Amino acid sequence: MTTLTATTARKLEVKDFKADVPPDWCPGCGDFGVLNVLQQACAELEIQPHELLVVSGIGCSSNLPGFFRSYGVHSLHGRALAFATGAKLANHHLTVIVTGGDGDGYGIGLNHFIQAMRRNINLTYIVMNNEIYGLTTGQVSPTSEHGMVTKSTPMGNLEQMLNPLALALASGCGYIARGFSGDPRHLQKLYMDGIQYPGFALIDVFSPCVTFNKQNTYHWFRDHVYRLEDNGHDPTDFHAALDRAIEWGAKIPIGLFYRNPNPRPSLDQLDPALQGEPLVLKPRGLTAEQRRALVEEFM
Amino acid sequence: MDHANLIVGIGGAAGDGVASAGNTLALAVARQGQGVYAYNSYQSVIRGGHSWLRLRVSAQKPLNHGDQIDGLIALNQDTLDRHLQEVGSGGVALYNSAKVKPSYEPPKGVQLCPLPVPELAPSYKELPVMQNTVAVGAMLRLMGLDFAGLESVISTTFAKKPKVIGTNVAAAKAGFDYAGAHFPPLPTQLKPNGQKWALVTGNEVLAMGAAMADCKFYCAYPMSPASAILHWMAAHAKQLGICVRQVEDEISVINMTIGANHAGVRGMCATSGGGFALMTEAIGMAGIMETPVVAINVMRAGPSTGVPTKTEQGDLNQVFGASQGDYPRIIVAPISIPDCFSVIQDAFHLADRYQCPVLVISDLLISEGNETVDPAVFEQVREIDRGETILPSANGELHAANGEPYLRFKNTESGISPRAVPGVPGHLYVAATDEHDEDGVLISDIYTDPVRRKKMVDKRVRKMSTVLAQLPPPLFSGPADAEVTLVGWGSTWGVLTEAVERLNAAGITTNHLHLRYLVPFQVREVQKLLGRSRRIIIVENNQSGQFARHLRAETGIAANGHIRKYDGEPFEPKHIVAGVQDILNGKAEIVNVLSTEPGWRTDHPSGTSADWMGRLSGVARAATH
Repeated sequence: MTTLTATTARKLEVKDFKADVPPDWCPGCGDFGVLNVLQQACAELEIQPHELLVVSGIGCSSNLPGFFRSYGVHSLHGRALAFATGAKLANHHLTVIVTGGDGDGYGIGLNHFIQAMRRNINLTYIVMNNEIYGLTTGQVSPTSEHGMVTKSTPMGNLEQMLNPLALALASGCGYIARGFSGDPRHLQKLYMDGIQYPGFALIDVFSPCVTFNKQNTYHWFRDHVYRLEDNGHDPTDFHAALDRAIEWGAKIPIGLFYRNPNPRPSLDQLDPALQGEPLVLKPRGLTAEQRRALVEEFM
Repeated sequence: MDHANLIVGIGGAAGDGVASAGNTLALAVARQGQGVYAYNSYQSVIRGGHSWLRLRVSAQKPLNHGDQIDGLIALNQDTLDRHLQEVGSGGVALYNSAKVKPSYEPPKGVQLCPLPVPELAPSYKELPVMQNTVAVGAMLRLMGLDFAGLESVISTTFAKKPKVIGTNVAAAKAGFDYAGAHFPPLPTQLKPNGQKWALVTGNEVLAMGAAMADCKFYCAYPMSPASAILHWMAAHAKQLGICVRQVEDEISVINMTIGANHAGVRGMCATSGGGFALMTEAIGMAGIMETPVVAINVMRAGPSTGVPTKTEQGDLNQVFGASQGDYPRIIVAPISIPDCFSVIQDAFHLADRYQCPVLVISDLLISEGNETVDPAVFEQVREIDRGETILPSANGELHAANGEPYLRFKNTESGISPRAVPGVPGHLYVAATDEHDEDGVLISDIYTDPVRRKKMVDKRVRKMSTVLAQLPPPLFSGPADAEVTLVGWGSTWGVLTEAVERLNAAGITTNHLHLRYLVPFQVREVQKLLGRSRRIIIVENNQSGQFARHLRAETGIAANGHIRKYDGEPFEPKHIVAGVQDILNGKAEIVNVLSTEPGWRTDHPSGTSADWMGRLSGVARAATH
């Protein structure tokens, strides 16, 4: 891969965040928009690529770090948040962005999703939500609509779709937004605010799967979504946010649902071991005096 | 052990304070120079049930908890009923006469020592636990030790509650004096000496050793018998600057720990078999991503929930089988409580050096056993060497790679590639669980290519070729031409060492090979040592002989006999002696040991009416005392 060294003095551009490897998503995939907008957001926020860690799980969307120029981790299916939490605690100076899909985050990784919000680890979680399992060629997802016919639900989905935004509200997440890959400028603002939010930030993104989801298409989303910003929604109002989060029908809201006006301290702010320098920069080992005191406790 | 030693058993229901009475007695004797080895055989209940702690005390350090008792402290009727029969001749049985009465005649030569606790400790009415304090004081007197040692322990224990110190010291002194006035001392008398001891559990040593090896991140989900590592870490987190997290499950535990290691700190996690099962996918991730990680499996009796508070060496196959695919990893089993100290430091060293998972197998016996260790052992601190890790620096200095592109997974001769961590300028890469090329770019999808795949597997596996040279040799002791070679691994070392002494004393020449490192296996050394053996007997705390199979797979050597145990309790020296006898006499090729004795009542906690009877040969009986 590229070896641009040093902290660049010049202004960062989108190309600074483009890896040598071109994305291998299907032409027209919603994930292209998610990637491009993220590169723009990081350039505008002037985040140095070596101080940025992008962690993903497994799935089409989880290939994103391979196309993004920064430190990256392509971890296990469903475990990106757990991995990223450990990395953030080890070096809380890093900007950490976690990317993945609905199956990865809301299916196999759901427990970690809830716990990470409760824990309020300071990172940004971008979920490319296409309401289908794409990489495994089109099975039902936790966010597939009731009745949806897929390869694994030929008679229609019997289960109710999971509501990640309402779940996030209930789990103590302080920044909750939903974007649409077909509305990049709107999405970029959500990313930038989310990355700057001092705690766990969730950005669920409608990112259509053009190959396996023939129901929730670009066209379908364009017909259904409306911007909360255009409708006088107050994102500091928790109850209003919950009302909007459960809205799903002829009209589906996108935008900033909730931003805690008094953000809770994040985990790295609270953990006594993480005060001051990140763990990775702390002096190695223990002093002779510390070691003696530890042994003394047993005598 | 041919020198003066006494074994004290303390029993009661959970909640009666068995563990704390044992700890008080252990510290009180340790502060008078006595070595201690303690094993608590308890049940998975918070209150009730039966908890049975044995303490072996000797001026020379005991290596195991022994196999009979000289002194009994019965905190309830049940304990007196169960264990009075086990006290050896010349021994004593202490109990609160206001609460407990013997329901059968004691064995011949055993002295009953009823303690009138309400008279000796007036506070007993409000504080029933005072009976423990009185009994500990009395036992100390009968062992021949000084009261000062106990007084100092009580003062330390209740340092935060000074009011309680006086009451406890008075009760202990009353017990001490009453025993001196009314009961004959134990036939073996211990003498205070100046040796200093640290009284530790294996879990505490693993935790403290990790902290001294620069572990800065510890993550866990509570699971017996590994939880005490979490407790030690949590209690010292702030003071030592260690990030300690309890999280939602062991999947999260291992992924967070690998994440922390990936970002450049030394991180560790520990669990038992059930939790380890959840960790296995991520252990393979550390293998293919070449991220160092230290994970401990403290074994308990399985499978599934199994017997959560009982010991076993039954997870060997599980640890061998952790994760799909072939990948380099190192598997090590500490052989004793003090051994945990060097093993855990070596584990961190090897993980960093070879950028791979190091899996440490402990068990309940080592992890929850309590032992006095010479504090000098804890001065043997290994220098921290991060291997080929490129870490960020506070001033952001560059680590440019001579203008060459940085290849995180560079195909080097040793297989080890310099590992930059996030935050270092100029070394950007993606670490992937998919197979990847030297630069980190995936080959599993669009670039799939057999040549690259094979190259990367070979590169990772090549790292293992130099590990063996870094390992301490397997432990071997005893005469080279012995009639019997006992082979063990992990926690059975102390019991085997004593059994070998007894066998040699009984005229059966015996030597002892003990393995610490299971992967990579020291094939050449083991083949050389066992090649000379006349009769190989493998001892392991499981049903199926998991280690025996491993030994055969690695070396082609099949043992002549097996001594196994899977009743939840650890081996005792006499079990090994008797088992060797049975094998030599041709009674059995596989001896399955059960922790009970001929003639014992069938309601014994760990016994049945079956069949240790007849297995305990005359030689074993003679060698026991």
